[in-house]
Amino acid sequence: MSEIPKETLLSIYETMVKIRVFESRVSELFAQGKLPGFIHLYIGEEAVATGVCAHLNPGDYITSTHRGHGHLIAKGGDLKLMMAELYGKRTGYCKGKGGSMHIADVDLGILGANGIVGGGPPIATGAGFALKYQGKDNVAVCFFGDGASNQGTTHEGMNMAAIWKLPVVFVCENNFYGISLSQERHQSISDIADRAAAYDMPGVVVDGNDVTAVYEAAAEAIKRARAGHGPSLIECKTYRYRGHFEGDPTVYRSKEELEAWMKKDPIPRFETNLKKMGLLDDARIMAIHKEMEDRVDEAIRFAEESPWPDPSELLEDIYTGPAVVV
Amino acid sequence: MRKLTYAGALNEALRLEMQRDPTIFVAGEDVGTYGGIFGVTNGLLAEFGPKRVVDTPITESAIIGMATGAAAAGLRPVVELMFIDFIGVSLDQLFNQAAKMKYMFGGKATLPLVLRTECGAGMSAAAQHSQCLESWFMHVPGLKVVLPSTPYDAKGLLISSIRDNNPIVFIEHKMLYGTEGEVPEGEYTIPLGKADIKRAGTDVTVVATLAMVPKALAVAEELSKEGISVEVIDPRTLTPLDEETILESVKKTHRLVIVTEEVGHAGSSAEIAARVAEKAFDYLDAGIRRVTAPFSPVPFSPALESHFIPSEAKIMDAVRAVLGAPETA
Repeated sequence: MSEIPKETLLSIYETMVKIRVFESRVSELFAQGKLPGFIHLYIGEEAVATGVCAHLNPGDYITSTHRGHGHLIAKGGDLKLMMAELYGKRTGYCKGKGGSMHIADVDLGILGANGIVGGGPPIATGAGFALKYQGKDNVAVCFFGDGASNQGTTHEGMNMAAIWKLPVVFVCENNFYGISLSQERHQSISDIADRAAAYDMPGVVVDGNDVTAVYEAAAEAIKRARAGHGPSLIECKTYRYRGHFEGDPTVYRSKEELEAWMKKDPIPRFETNLKKMGLLDDARIMAIHKEMEDRVDEAIRFAEESPWPDPSELLEDIYTGPAVVV
Repeated sequence: MRKLTYAGALNEALRLEMQRDPTIFVAGEDVGTYGGIFGVTNGLLAEFGPKRVVDTPITESAIIGMATGAAAAGLRPVVELMFIDFIGVSLDQLFNQAAKMKYMFGGKATLPLVLRTECGAGMSAAAQHSQCLESWFMHVPGLKVVLPSTPYDAKGLLISSIRDNNPIVFIEHKMLYGTEGEVPEGEYTIPLGKADIKRAGTDVTVVATLAMVPKALAVAEELSKEGISVEVIDPRTLTPLDEETILESVKKTHRLVIVTEEVGHAGSSAEIAARVAEKAFDYLDAGIRRVTAPFSPVPFSPALESHFIPSEAKIMDAVRAVLGAPETA
């Protein structure tokens, strides 16, 4: 951690707080009935997206998941456009056509959240194929969960990336539940990183609630990918505080389990370390939280004041070029 | 004019396009060293090298998903699904990812991607290697569906498909690969969404696709000896569908027979019939007839398979029926 530049450490802290504040407010807005559809929140898992995306630039790609807000924010997504999309407004990232599960910003290298568990790995592999084909030293990062680690698409994507030594980093967010099914009930291994051996790629397990551990593991994997040595798998063990979706009664896990994980909250942990290093004090912490609250407020205001899409827009954006009339 | 086979015409389209645009690559099962299971990619590896002609593992989801990611990241993939039947193991990457990405992202993704595949019965390849499934793809907004019946159309439509900026399912028919026809040298395109009147006529309109087109033409030739004038239309693309050409023909002939190798139930023939019923009902002098495969998996035995595939006799009977004659077959 001592080798990570001071500005990077502070920026990582700010991003984690930004995600936490954004997601907490989204939870409230959903409870107030302001957001249509399904919402899957990233609260508790902030260290993973933040620690990985701290290494990325706009030329690098990510594929995300149904629990994607954190990835987008960490990759540089615009809070106003994100919030407007969650509201279903015309000014949102996807003009109100995608919603929470499909937010994307292709110009920022975000190839979309994804409503299909395991939908992303082949796409990330394809982005990695294109980067190698184009002779670029960029990478594609594929975020996926423990649930998706069992999908055939995940294995197919990893296999393809491995045989062709594509610049893809597979980041598994193991939050120990595929919706309601606990890890010990959905797979017979405890370390998903073990599966990397099947593809002859490095596989490491990190504490996904320790942002510096995530940052360091990602540094290694991304360096390897940029150098043309092929893909890696990083398993980040973490936990979601909220249910699978907002409104999930979480009958499948105990209060004690949740409380034990909340004691390992990635944000206060990192905060304590930064304080010890003299990089943060209480006043600065409060100022950062206040700034993020203000930015999310601004995003909410933007979303609420934005117009709905016009019904005439329903049939736009299906095809590139002339519309197909049936 | 020079003649080429259907497979040779497709091969030439791939070569010309790859020569023109370095962002085009070909990938799929056995497309490189082997040259494609039906020979369509023969010689491409030698000419363009392994970077652009990529043999993939037998993992169809990854093939289609990889193409989707590569297209979103700026390449123009032409990937091969060896048999259309294999879409069953890879449907999500096409239907939920590639087809919908542009729309879900509010228009901010461009996916110039061609999924070449082949379909059809006639080789005793049985139920998992012989289906015609074009209507599955017609049902998904975001995809275009192209299905050539001649070497000329195969080359022009493939070039157009590669240059199009949308995900395209390009369906070839395995029994047409060896058929020969006149094919100009050099590049040419055929607009997607433009039907071709394969034979002009005045008494009955027959709309046919893929391997049913040569059969419909043979029937038309036979009936011409009796003074019956059959117009044969090949839509060539199902999405977009050139409704106008079909409606204009029906308004002229007042009779319609639709011939596909697909099963009729919820098939492309049903869609075409519905469109004509909705938009040209008053012009029809007889009920619309469809000649399709029965609602059955494709059988193995030649004795059964030959009965499964719509025959010229059945087409002829349907044409006679809309003209008011009693059926025989």
